[in-house]
Amino acid sequence: MTAQLPGAAGQRPLLRIVDLYKRFGALEVLTGIDLDVARGEKVSILGPSGSGKTTLLRCINYLEKPSAGRIYIDDVLIGEKLVNGRTVHLSDRELAKERREIGFVFQRFNLFPHLTALENVTIAPRKVLGQSTEEANERGRRMLEKVGLGHKLAEYPERLSGGQQQRVAIARVLAMQPKLMLFDEATSALDPELIGEVLKVMRELAEEGHTMVVVTHEVQFAGEVSDRIIFMDHGRIVEQGPPAQILGNARETRTRAFLKKLADR
Amino acid sequence: MNFWTVMIDRFPYFMSLLLKGAVMTVTVAAGALVLALVIGLLIALLRMSRSRLLSGFAYVYTEFLRGTPALAQLFVIYFGLPDVGIELKPVQAAIIGLGINGSAYLSEIYRAGIQAIHRGQFEAAFSLGMTPIGSMRDIVLPQAIRMMLPPITNFSITLLKDTALVSVVAVPEIMFYARNLVTETFQSMHVYLLAAAIYLAMTIPMSRLVAYLERTRRAWQ
Repeated sequence: MTAQLPGAAGQRPLLRIVDLYKRFGALEVLTGIDLDVARGEKVSILGPSGSGKTTLLRCINYLEKPSAGRIYIDDVLIGEKLVNGRTVHLSDRELAKERREIGFVFQRFNLFPHLTALENVTIAPRKVLGQSTEEANERGRRMLEKVGLGHKLAEYPERLSGGQQQRVAIARVLAMQPKLMLFDEATSALDPELIGEVLKVMRELAEEGHTMVVVTHEVQFAGEVSDRIIFMDHGRIVEQGPPAQILGNARETRTRAFLKKLADR
Repeated sequence: MNFWTVMIDRFPYFMSLLLKGAVMTVTVAAGALVLALVIGLLIALLRMSRSRLLSGFAYVYTEFLRGTPALAQLFVIYFGLPDVGIELKPVQAAIIGLGINGSAYLSEIYRAGIQAIHRGQFEAAFSLGMTPIGSMRDIVLPQAIRMMLPPITNFSITLLKDTALVSVVAVPEIMFYARNLVTETFQSMHVYLLAAAIYLAMTIPMSRLVAYLERTRRAWQ
């Protein structure tokens, strides 16, 4: 399977996934995923629940260890390295270093409840990148302003709405200046009236040229923002292409059936 | 002479000695608590480690200490260790004995507290590039400690009362003085009631603290 990559021919993809498998016991969740994502590209992944989209995303930053296959970011193998011709798993420290480059936005936000919004955003830059408190605070404040929460710096997560919490989580990821941002159903846990404010922030990030892989059920958002939409089912990429093609004129029956079901919701 | 005349008459004398014992009781309890807090954390981390060997060791350690009487452990340390050339003073043996015994209980409190923190907290920390040790130190433990404060304070209450055990290795704490006073005056009822009252005076504020911590914990969650 070859992906149509925008940009100059021969340019190396930022993210390259090669023949990825993931099994949980006897359950095959991913069965041979190949995927390239170019620098600056916005890719949305659609698919029914249980199709493996979230697992794919979690494998990219090694929250799940793949059963087989390779993942590269900027040609650097993720989670493993070659030693004397054999692949071995990275140490905790080496893996942590690779993960700095990959931002992950969780469905349930996973903010740190014992820290304020600003501290949530600054803790990783301070502890992981070794920034001074002033430096991290200055940057953290800008990131929170960017997501429209400049007035909530000192609030604890429990005092914020779901939409605000998710925006803090996005600011937390931005503060690490990742090469790649992964969004795992970032709006699925939100009340309907709060979804818009999070999608607005994500749309702005897309316009700024961040490289994003977005697992979502928001078909309209995916259509407007993505360069490419991928449809997954049963642990495979069934079909992929530009939004107009997938949403308007899908080749596969499964894709059409899924989109119809979403539209009927 | 009736009960109260004796009590009023001998009160200053009884109390002067029992309170001296109370200072020692608090010293032993505090020393053992510090030791138990440190060793307990270490054991809890070993117990949760990925290494089967380390977690197996921690499991055996905890089961052994919780499954045998503290008194037997104390005797091994005080009377047994000299056989292998380690001679401890009574107070040292008491602090080490109660500290090691307590570490087994505390490790379980730590473990429950850490495991009560949602997995997503670790995952968020990992995804931001923190190592497992850094995630534990900067994200999970600070939250877990707030969960653990009430059970740790409860443990301290138990520990304070359990120091009565160490009177048998001649540590001059409350019960040690009480027994000596009874031998001297034969006023068992008076002396032991006063001794009990001193323990109670120390444990009641601690129980109140537990109740307060329980309330704030609920508010924070």
